[in-house]
Amino acid sequence: MLGAVLTLAVPAFAAGFGLAWAARRLPADEEPLTERIDALLPQTQCAQCGYPGCRPYARAIADGSAGINQCPPGGEQTIRALAELLGREALPLDPACGTEPGPQVAVIREAECIGCARCLPACPVDAIVGAPQYLHTVIERECTGCELCLDPCPVDCIDLVPVRPVPGAES
Amino acid sequence: MTAPTEGLSRLHGGLRLPAQKTHSTGAPIREVAVAPRLIMPLGRKAGAAARPLVAAGDRVTRGQRIAEGRPPVSANVHAASSGTVAAIEDRPAPARDGGAVPCILIDTDGDDRLHEDCRPLPDSITRDPAALAGAVEDAGILGLGGAAYPTAPKLAEGLGQGLEALILNGAECEPCISCDDRLMREQAADIVSGARLMLTILGIRECLVAIESDKPEAWQAMKAAVAEAPEGIRLVQLPTVYPSGGEDQLVRLLTGREVPSGGLPADVGYLVHNVGTAEAVARLAASGEPLVSRVVTVTGDGIAEPGNYRVRLGTPMADLARAAGGYTERAACLIMGGPMTGVSLPHDDFPVVGATNCLLFTREPPAVSGEPERPCIRCGECARVCPVRLQPQQLHRHAGPVDEEALALFGLDDCIECGCCDLVCPSHIPLTRSFRRAKAALRLKAHERRKAERARHRFEARERRLSRREQAARERQEDVRRQAGAEAIREILERRRRGRGDED
Amino acid sequence: MRFRTVHLPLLRPKTGVGEVMRQVLYALAPAAAVYVWFFGPGLLFNVLVAAVFCLGSEALILRIRGMPVAPALEDYSAVVTAVLLAFALPPLTPWWVTATGSIFAMVFAKHLYGGLGYNVFNPAMAGYVAVLLSFPVAMTAWLPPRMGDLDYEGLSLLESLGYVLAGRLPEGVTLDAITRATPLDSVREGLREMRIFAEIRTNPLFGDFGGRGWEWIDNFIALGGFWLLYRGIIRWHIPVAVLAGVLVPATIASILQPGLVPTPGFHLFSGATLLCAFFIATDPVSAATSPAGRLLYGFGIGLITWAIRTWGGYPDGVAFAVLLMNMAVPAIDRYTRPRIAGHGRST
Repeated sequence: MLGAVLTLAVPAFAAGFGLAWAARRLPADEEPLTERIDALLPQTQCAQCGYPGCRPYARAIADGSAGINQCPPGGEQTIRALAELLGREALPLDPACGTEPGPQVAVIREAECIGCARCLPACPVDAIVGAPQYLHTVIERECTGCELCLDPCPVDCIDLVPVRPVPGAES
Repeated sequence: MTAPTEGLSRLHGGLRLPAQKTHSTGAPIREVAVAPRLIMPLGRKAGAAARPLVAAGDRVTRGQRIAEGRPPVSANVHAASSGTVAAIEDRPAPARDGGAVPCILIDTDGDDRLHEDCRPLPDSITRDPAALAGAVEDAGILGLGGAAYPTAPKLAEGLGQGLEALILNGAECEPCISCDDRLMREQAADIVSGARLMLTILGIRECLVAIESDKPEAWQAMKAAVAEAPEGIRLVQLPTVYPSGGEDQLVRLLTGREVPSGGLPADVGYLVHNVGTAEAVARLAASGEPLVSRVVTVTGDGIAEPGNYRVRLGTPMADLARAAGGYTERAACLIMGGPMTGVSLPHDDFPVVGATNCLLFTREPPAVSGEPERPCIRCGECARVCPVRLQPQQLHRHAGPVDEEALALFGLDDCIECGCCDLVCPSHIPLTRSFRRAKAALRLKAHERRKAERARHRFEARERRLSRREQAARERQEDVRRQAGAEAIREILERRRRGRGDED
Repeated sequence: MRFRTVHLPLLRPKTGVGEVMRQVLYALAPAAAVYVWFFGPGLLFNVLVAAVFCLGSEALILRIRGMPVAPALEDYSAVVTAVLLAFALPPLTPWWVTATGSIFAMVFAKHLYGGLGYNVFNPAMAGYVAVLLSFPVAMTAWLPPRMGDLDYEGLSLLESLGYVLAGRLPEGVTLDAITRATPLDSVREGLREMRIFAEIRTNPLFGDFGGRGWEWIDNFIALGGFWLLYRGIIRWHIPVAVLAGVLVPATIASILQPGLVPTPGFHLFSGATLLCAFFIATDPVSAATSPAGRLLYGFGIGLITWAIRTWGGYPDGVAFAVLLMNMAVPAIDRYTRPRIAGHGRST
């Protein structure tokens, strides 16, 4: 009977240890992993995750120093996609990072804009056009709704409005 | 008398459906009087509308161009009858997503005379492919088979492609619809004439006319019309199977060639046009009249006098229904199109448009409460009847929740939404509906992905710009420091020299 | 005027899952009647007990899952599982063996995977194998067929009932006395004793081409199968493939070792070959989906059945063959995807 037990147990343990060693020692490509993670992020560049942009956050996830549940604009969908890619647990969104907004864009109330140009450098995707002393406006098509322009505005003339879904994309 | 069916390839799947056409095929096409108010949409979607050429208050005559199209998304629009432009405003389009499109509203005056610019086309135009193509484009002719794609751009797509033949689609495979049947019976000569004109534009000589075997009278009429001038035109009889009238399916049946996924029949050497479109081209050549009317099948047990009616485009559906005897007490639902692929409309204030091949007024379909929707039992009947050789059970599995990769693998984009799979599913799963939803979800995802890509590029460009600026600033600081450093060192040396000088 | 908006297509499917399952039951009814004629009322008791426990355990687990019970029971899938299980079990099976098999089939093989449409394994076969492995002795209680010339008096209806429910046999009768080996058992024993097939066949248990009584039942099973084919409830791919999977190796073996192996005909008309080909392997949920996949799947079942009968430790390999091929279905499906129109080959 001992023979039977050993015949089954020894190869099983050997295989198990072998797999664990391979997972740890054999190099997994670091760089392409960052790319793959970045491709799943919404590119809002809002820094709510604590990193200055989506690419730095992706890098942090790839080397294990960040959790996958820190992206509010990505929301549950992104967390689940990351969980599936990395084989990690899909935790709920970390409330310290923010809440999941719906699709939204910033709109400048042009009547109140004083042309101070403080919001221009704040936009991570250069979606605000304008110049000092000139009217500023947000290019709706390029705005990711990251909310970074709200703080710098001294007269609080920027609103966040929900966007309509794409026509023809509804059922 | 049997008709030639040799040379036909097999269509995978498909169903034999109860035709339900006899309600409407009994009588000849009736002309409908012009409605008092016409609503002429300028396009199918808001962003792709034609540009109005008239304004409220203008007088217009039948056939007058009232909007300029933007090929290939929209075609020229012509007044369907004489009258005064009441307004130009947005109205809901009779489509699945029901968005609003700008429409020109005309209050008709009963005069109905043809605009003076509309004259029969002389030989110099009808013999010249380019001029004829221009005339077809000017006339705003659309595909009248149900898709309403502008005809001139479609013909243009076929030019220079090495087309082998033009295929005239007289299949009309969907139940209830019979407008093409009656058109072939009554105006076969016009259809053939239109086909010849299209051949002239395309610069080819071969034309295949496909007619399903359940239309023997249409077959005879077309045969007689072709016999008068048979060069190049061949009639082919199709077995009565739904959906043999689908463009890709028709090409496969007649020629054995498969249209590549995402491609067009022109890619394999064929162009498909509806027989109604051919008649519209013939009408243009004969009288100069642009596209202002079409034949619509009005049928179902919710209408008093089912039949086929030639009606002006822009006629409100309510007016057409009245012309067809009005509603019976069984009129609970209005379907534009057929019972398989049509659109269920919420009211009858929509105008008849180029895509309106049929108005089906029915009672409510049998309630589903008889059998609830059950999970898929993987019986495979759906795959058996799919004309595109898809596996609907796999598509359904990956449609909720949406698995993009799997759906692409199983060919969701190739689904023609014919509805065959729905009809054979023992679990009563609304498959076509779930595929439509999945397609919409994928479109949304693709849109979001494109948006994210753009945001990423802009972010990276901005990062590069900022770091360049920073770099430039640092270099300037370095220069200043170096300058300052050089100055300081010189001063120290000076002081030392002076100090040493003092000590001396 | 306003109208109700509805979903298209307007036409509705002509059949439903309940109807499909009921047709399967109708198709099995003649075979069941013949079975009872030859082997006594044991089958009916099996069916009853299995049905009660299949429906009951399905209802219970649906309750636990918080899902509506009535629609699921009304699809008759539990009844079909019960009937197939009853056919697989010997006629003199104690009720608690049948019950265990039923519960295992419904709870473990079906509902723990997600219920109808989600089970990987054929529930009836999973239930059968579970009791085969757990109660091997009880699974040998096969009866000889009622034949005029055989020296055999079967149990009466009440006596059968008494055994099934309470394990009691009439005075002086032991289980060993009334049960006999099945034809497949005999063949296996005989071949091991190095007797040639022709000699084994002289055993009065053997009929013209299969086991006595069994060949009749199998004929009616085949008729039921043809009925299902005619009605379009099942398609030809799996039955043909299963039969080919049995007949091809059997024929080859007959050619290579004439007389020393059972004839192909015997393989066809004994054991559960025909029942498997038309009723068991054709369970759509656990079978492959594409036509090519089904041919592969069916052939695999036939082949493994033949292999187990020839070399394996059990007289009939149908149940194991089905379960093993069930395991292979995801891979089969993946590699036998039909080519979509417009993809792949050049036109």
